[in-house]
Amino acid sequence: MTGWLDILSIGPSVTVQDLGRPGHLAQGLSPGGAADRCALYEAAALLGQAAPRACLEMAGMGGRFRTTLDTRIALTGAPMRALLEGAPLRWNASHLLPAGSVLELGPCESGAYGYLSFGGGLSCAPLIGAQSAHLAAGIGERLQAATRLPLVADPTPDAPSLALIPEPRLSGGTLRVIPGPQTALFSATERARFFDTAFTVTRGNRQGVTLAHPGAPFAPDTAGSLVSDLITAGDIQMTGAGVPMVLLAECQTVGGYPRLGTILPVDLPILAQASPGTTLRFREIGLREAEVVSPPESQWLAPLRRACQPLTRSAHDIADLLGYQLISGMVRGDEE
Amino acid sequence: MTHASAPTAAPAPEILPLGLDGVLVRFALRFEARANRAPRALSAALQAAPLPGQVECVSALASVLVRFDRMTTTRVAIEAALSERLNDIQSAPHRPDRIWHIPASFGGENGPQLAQVAQIAGLGEGALVDQLCATPLDVLAIGFAPGQPYLGLLPENWEMPRLSALTPEVPAGAIVTAIRQIVLFANASPTGWRWLGRCAFRPFQLRADNPVPLHAGDGVRFTPVDHSALTAIEATGDPMGGARLERTS
Repeated sequence: MTGWLDILSIGPSVTVQDLGRPGHLAQGLSPGGAADRCALYEAAALLGQAAPRACLEMAGMGGRFRTTLDTRIALTGAPMRALLEGAPLRWNASHLLPAGSVLELGPCESGAYGYLSFGGGLSCAPLIGAQSAHLAAGIGERLQAATRLPLVADPTPDAPSLALIPEPRLSGGTLRVIPGPQTALFSATERARFFDTAFTVTRGNRQGVTLAHPGAPFAPDTAGSLVSDLITAGDIQMTGAGVPMVLLAECQTVGGYPRLGTILPVDLPILAQASPGTTLRFREIGLREAEVVSPPESQWLAPLRRACQPLTRSAHDIADLLGYQLISGMVRGDEE
Repeated sequence: MTHASAPTAAPAPEILPLGLDGVLVRFALRFEARANRAPRALSAALQAAPLPGQVECVSALASVLVRFDRMTTTRVAIEAALSERLNDIQSAPHRPDRIWHIPASFGGENGPQLAQVAQIAGLGEGALVDQLCATPLDVLAIGFAPGQPYLGLLPENWEMPRLSALTPEVPAGAIVTAIRQIVLFANASPTGWRWLGRCAFRPFQLRADNPVPLHAGDGVRFTPVDHSALTAIEATGDPMGGARLERTS
């Protein structure tokens, strides 16, 4: 059985997102998918899913929604004001959304991307193997009011509501960087200066986040133009003006700007959620250590499931909550 | 110089990390024709016989990326296997299995910078178009935007830098050139390359069974048509734009 998600009103930049389309680099198509991938795994944990399903990614502003069947929802990523028929809902939790009830998700309170996920997931027609919009590639589009999206029926709408406390990632911090193919083009002095600098986010979107800093631009030692080479999400590229731009889900597949290194996948959600004005620093880390602290995504879900608690036992009431091993090895939050 | 290596030997490729699940084999930092044949030979070999744990392999203008499954293999194992493979690849001059013949119109509103390109290349406009259409081009890489090919290599008189000022927008199907290469734009885009022609072929066809018709290593020849012929092809709405595929094997 399927139902519908009715979009009554909507913010300017809400898209359908899942984990994207890996495997198409040879066709010039970057994987795309959710900007904050951790938020999708948190939603899957809260909803008891074996893997993240297609959901709504809401940049800055949500909307008003209604479904035609009873379904659980999960609210993850950047917290927004959330009201179900006027009653406030807790973020980072799952809730029952009865058929016909109006869910209102207001502006982000902090961070950049909030996520609304469903017990059965959205079931829009896939394009090139995924439902996610890849705006830079012309795949999918920003959602409009007065439209509806197909929804898979929630297999267990009556399952108890859960909550979790995510590792903090909404107000910047220190991101760990591994060496990349062009790191050696930058002198040791220039690299040291980079890792000593506090950066401020100036603007960001699903393609990348641009940073500003006091002092001279960062330049490689090499003269002349480089042949365009393969790039990946997390790469820190120095544009022509020596200003860093960190690449995100919808980056191009090749680029000609020199790149200083690559941010760890587990730290990338901190970057994606960094709204303009947020302070970011970077720390160099070796490949061997990086492999330990940034496990493959297939390992992300299990610790999040263990971190879920029944919602009725409000996490705010648990005195020793911070003593729990919540999501070790996922996203560092103890920097600074 | 006390180093006595043979002067014609290509430098050994570098094996470098690109993300936690990627190994990049880089043959050159700057574009060289020789450094483009090697990546295609390596990626063809890796696609024909993938390494254990390899999940994706893609060649770019001067490098090959192998992405691997961290649950089933390690960076060390992939790097070692790549070193072995590099001993075996033959970067002989390439003979494409497939050649695309793509109708295109040059100059005028279809290529406002044709005269500039001709002047830099030291030819008249007609002779320049003849030279382009007579040159067997290869798809050197697909990238930047979905499906978008880098084509080359053009004769030496086409050596010209990118423009320092961007052209605000060229249309989908625009044929532009710089550094002895051609890019055929998938979508309307700003560019620092010089715009000399246009075709009705669309290299990214989202809703087609095969959204990206061109593959790295394919051959491409442009067939000159006049503006009205191009307009007639466009009027059919066919994203293949009158392109004809010739199989050579």
